[in-house]
Amino acid sequence: MNIREQFPQLERKVYGKPLVYLDNAATSLRPRSVIERWTEISSHSTSNLHRAVHHIAAEATEAYEAARDAVRDFINAPQREEVIFTSGTTHAINLAAWSIGEAFIGEGDEIIVAESEHHSDLVPWQMLCRRKNAVLKRLKVDDSGHILTDALKELITPRTKLTCVAHISNVLGLINPISEIASLCHRNGVMLLVDGAQGIVHQSVDVQSLGCDFYAFSGHKMYGAPGTGVLWGRKDLLEQMPPMFGGGEMIETVSWSGSTWAPLPRKFEAGTQDISAVPCFVQAIETMKQMPQDTQVRDFVYESLMKMDDVTLFGTTDDLNEKVPLFSIAVKGAHHEDLALILDKMGVAVRSGQMCAEPLMDRFGVTGMLRASFAPYNTMNEAEYFLSSLRKAITMLK
Amino acid sequence: MTLKEKQEQIIEDFSLYDEWLDKYEYLIELGKALEPFPEEKKTDDRLINGCQSRVWLDTQMSSGRLVFTADSDAIITKGIISLLISVYSDRTPEEILQDDFSFLDALGLKENLSPTRANGLVSMIETIRAKAAENE
Repeated sequence: MNIREQFPQLERKVYGKPLVYLDNAATSLRPRSVIERWTEISSHSTSNLHRAVHHIAAEATEAYEAARDAVRDFINAPQREEVIFTSGTTHAINLAAWSIGEAFIGEGDEIIVAESEHHSDLVPWQMLCRRKNAVLKRLKVDDSGHILTDALKELITPRTKLTCVAHISNVLGLINPISEIASLCHRNGVMLLVDGAQGIVHQSVDVQSLGCDFYAFSGHKMYGAPGTGVLWGRKDLLEQMPPMFGGGEMIETVSWSGSTWAPLPRKFEAGTQDISAVPCFVQAIETMKQMPQDTQVRDFVYESLMKMDDVTLFGTTDDLNEKVPLFSIAVKGAHHEDLALILDKMGVAVRSGQMCAEPLMDRFGVTGMLRASFAPYNTMNEAEYFLSSLRKAITMLK
Repeated sequence: MTLKEKQEQIIEDFSLYDEWLDKYEYLIELGKALEPFPEEKKTDDRLINGCQSRVWLDTQMSSGRLVFTADSDAIITKGIISLLISVYSDRTPEEILQDDFSFLDALGLKENLSPTRANGLVSMIETIRAKAAENE
């Protein structure tokens, strides 16, 4: 089956032109299987989880827990209860930041965050540091966008508790050397949290071989339902961490003298979960596995952009195996917003602005960038159309 | 030319273009033709919030009329602010406040710009109205 036929939105037109959707790093499109599964549960299997004994509750619970098994298998987590469902990467990292903070971070402790992080993997740590009087340290990237792993050695001190890096930056599209960073951290007794929002889409993720302690990602970027996400964490750490939210499902006992917490994963899943959306992880993962692993589009766009006059590509490498088809550029003499507006009218959906990474924009001395991010359902024709539209837009603006 | 006449003229100019890309060309030309804005006036207090690009608006009173000058680092935005200035600059505060800015709907600018840009347009309108109200 043609992969494009699975995504109804690819049939859309905008302004009378076929939609060329190149904003996949913001969110991927939804395949029919996910849409159908969501509709099916909403139509036939709606009931709250775990609590009730009736038939539909059992069905809903089964569907929800099947998603946990599918995710566990997909990321090769050692245990299913290490998979915590959240509303997305942002929720996952905020939950981690709060609970890690309560369990492990005290005044004067240090947290290292990479300069290339999305605001979602920066602001929660700033908030934690403010709350605990801890110290936030910046792990820099070089001019090509690579994390300076040697600098990490210098940054780590006996007070360092945690390092936070993205598996793949949402701006640079470079695969960071997580295993290397993980061993460096662990040799020094430092925990490692990985923002996997982009990584889960482009890499086959094995949390055990990566060696990180926490891995956070969203469902909606990997063809799943919006409003879903995962925090995976090592069980021994999660067990030491207190819950962030109190409420239904997350307790063992409740009395006026105090409450005790339910075991993992329920301790971190207070209240009614997204009972229609979370089960769709099963179909999302099936879709991920069906996606062609073609690098033709990536190589073609990368090389074309590198050759274009007045175009600066951020996140460059001699080894394209460490680059994903996500391209952020600045064009001399053309504002990123103007380019995006013109491309939009040509039917091309791209992102412009600061990409939720303001410090990284400052690092490269730009007010924003233009980003085209491809998914395996994007074709060579679309890549060619994007590049010729970009050339046209630049000419219009000059 | 009265404020209404100027608006009608712009609506007519705009209607010459069927394609949105041509309308953008027109805005780009307007942007390029805008008088140079002194660097020292590009201060934070002149920045209009709510735009993805940066837009600076300067307001002076001259013989009871508001005189606007502006700049932006993005050329289409610059074209839009230029269009607004051509309508609302050199008018009395009362003239501006009596207008409902609905000529922008006739241009289709609000719907056809991206949501962030539409927000920017709303911010530009609000700033011009606020300046008129301050000087009434």
